[in-house]
Amino acid sequence: MEHVIRAEGLKKRFGETQALAGVDILARRGTVLGVLGPNGAGKTTAVRTLATLIRPDEGRAEVCGFDVVKDAAQVRRLISLTGQYASVDEELTGVENLIMIARLVGHGRGESRRRAQDLLDRFSLSEAGGRAAKTYSGGMRRRLDLAAGLVNDPQVIYLDEPTTGLDPRARNAVWDTVRQLVRDGATVLLTTQQLDEAEALADRIVVFDHGRVVADGTSEELKEKVGGQTLAVRARDRARMPEIVGVVARVTGARPETDEDTGLVTAPLDDPAALTAVVRGLDEAGVVASDLALRRPSLDEVFLSLTGHHAEPEGDDE
Amino acid sequence: MTAITAGKRIGPSRTLGNGLTLAWRNVTQLKHSPEKLIDVTLMPVVFLLLFLYVFGGVVAGSTHAYLQQLLPGLVAQMGMFASMGLGTSLCEDIRKGVFDRFRSLPIARSAPLIGAVIGDAVRFCVSMVVLTAFGSLLGFRFHTNPLSVLAAFGLAYALYFAVCWVSVLVGLVAPSPETVQGLGFIWAMPLTFGSSVLLADTGTMPGWLQAWVKVNPVTHLADATRALMVGGPVGDHAWYTLAWAAGIVIATFPVAVWMYGRKV
Repeated sequence: MEHVIRAEGLKKRFGETQALAGVDILARRGTVLGVLGPNGAGKTTAVRTLATLIRPDEGRAEVCGFDVVKDAAQVRRLISLTGQYASVDEELTGVENLIMIARLVGHGRGESRRRAQDLLDRFSLSEAGGRAAKTYSGGMRRRLDLAAGLVNDPQVIYLDEPTTGLDPRARNAVWDTVRQLVRDGATVLLTTQQLDEAEALADRIVVFDHGRVVADGTSEELKEKVGGQTLAVRARDRARMPEIVGVVARVTGARPETDEDTGLVTAPLDDPAALTAVVRGLDEAGVVASDLALRRPSLDEVFLSLTGHHAEPEGDDE
Repeated sequence: MTAITAGKRIGPSRTLGNGLTLAWRNVTQLKHSPEKLIDVTLMPVVFLLLFLYVFGGVVAGSTHAYLQQLLPGLVAQMGMFASMGLGTSLCEDIRKGVFDRFRSLPIARSAPLIGAVIGDAVRFCVSMVVLTAFGSLLGFRFHTNPLSVLAAFGLAYALYFAVCWVSVLVGLVAPSPETVQGLGFIWAMPLTFGSSVLLADTGTMPGWLQAWVKVNPVTHLADATRALMVGGPVGDHAWYTLAWAAGIVIATFPVAVWMYGRKV
C-alpha cells in the first residue's frame, strides 16, 4: 500500500459556502504532504474530513486503507490531529494533559505516566510539566499539543497550521520535530499559509484555492511554474527607471514590471548568478539602486501565477 | 500494541472507562481552579439567608419553623441551578478545540459527554455540603434516620444527573457560553420556583399554576426530600422523581450524543 492517504472528489458545503469542491489528495507513506493555501481555501475542512471530524457530502477518503466514514473508529487509531488552535486543556498541567490522552487510548496508569514523562522530555517540557498549560508560551503550548498527538503512536499525523503565531525560533523547533517524525516513519499532512514552510518540509505540495486543488507537485515543480525567484531593484532616482528596466531586461531576458510610485523594478529570475551581472550592468550605466534584492515569490505571487488572482481577496468583494 | 482492541464498536465498559478518565479531567480542573466552585458555594448561602428571613415569618410564623421546610426544598432547587454550569463549560470546551482532540481519538463518541456529567457530581456535592452545613448553623435539624437522609440526597442527585443532560444539550446548541447562562436561567426559574420548593402548601396558588406545580418533577423531589429529612409520608413522590429522571435521560441522552457527533 503506497498511499497512506487517498482522497477522491471530496466535496463539502457549509450553508452557502462550498468549502471543498472536489478535492483529490494522495500522500505516500513516510513523506510530508504540504497543503498550501490562503485562509478559507478549504485546508482545514480537508484535514478535518481526513481526521473523521467531518463527513464529506460527496467523494471518499481512505487512511491506510480504512474509509474515514465507514471505518472511522479504525482511522482514529492510526491518526493524530494537532489543530490550528492548540487543543490542549489549558486548565490541566502538561503532564496531566498527556496522561489523560494515554489513559483514553487505553494505557494503564504506570504506562501512561511513563509515556507522558518520555514525551515531556522529548519536547523539552519536563520542567514545565507540572504547570498548568495556560501558563505556557505559544511555542511551549504548540509543543505540548504535538506531544499530545504522539501519545498513541500515530502512523498519520495531521498538523493544521502548526506554526501560525509562533516566533521564528519556536517555528524552527516545530520544523525539527516534523522532520524527526518523518524519520521515525510517520506520514505527515501539514497545512500552511507560508510558502517557505511548505518548501522546507514538504515532499509534495498541493495548492488549495476556493476548495479546489489548483496545483500539485514538488516545491521545485511549483517554483518552475511560478518562475523561481524575483529580482527587485529600486531606483534612487525615479527618472532613471528606464535605464534600470533596460539592464534587468537584458540580463534576465524577461519583461520587467515597474511600479512608478515606489520606483521598484521587478522581474522573475531563474539563475541566481545573474544577480552579479545586474549589479555590473547598473554600475556600467552609472545608475544607483537604493535597494537590490533577490526574493522568493510570496504566496500571493504563487497564487497570482497559478490562479490568476491574489491570495487574499481585496476589499470585501468575496 | 495492546491498547488497540480489535472490534469496530467501542464497548460499554470502555466507554465508561473513557468517561471516568474524562470525569477525572473535570475534577482535576476544579482542583487547579477552585474558584470555579464559587457559584455552587455561595448560592446555597445566599438563597438560604434571603428566603429564610424574607418569607420565614409570613409563611411559618417563625424563621426556625420555616427553615425546616425550606432547607429540604433548597436541596431540590440548588441542584437545578448547579447543573447550569455544565453547559457553559461544555460550550467553552467545544469552542477552544479541546473536544476536537477527543473526537479524533479512538474513544466512544459519548465518552466526553458522560465524563463531563459524571465529573459535575463534584459541584452537586459541594452545593449540598454547603447547604447542609450552613442550614445546620442556622438551626436546621434532620428529624429522620441517616438512611432516609442519604436517600433524600440520592434522589436529589438522580434528578440533578438527569437535568445535567438538558444542560449538555443547551451547551451543544448555544452559540456561546454566555448564551448558555441566559438560557439556563429561563428553564431553571419556572422549574424551581413554580414548585413546592419554597412552600410545602401550594393550595393558595391559582389553578393553572397548581396544575404545573403538580406535574413538575422538582415538586415531587422537594416533597420527597422534605419527607425523608424532616418526616412525613413520602408517598409516590420518590417514584415520580425517579421516573422523571429516567424519562429525561432517555429523552436527552441520545439526542445529545447525536448532536455532539454532528457538531462541526
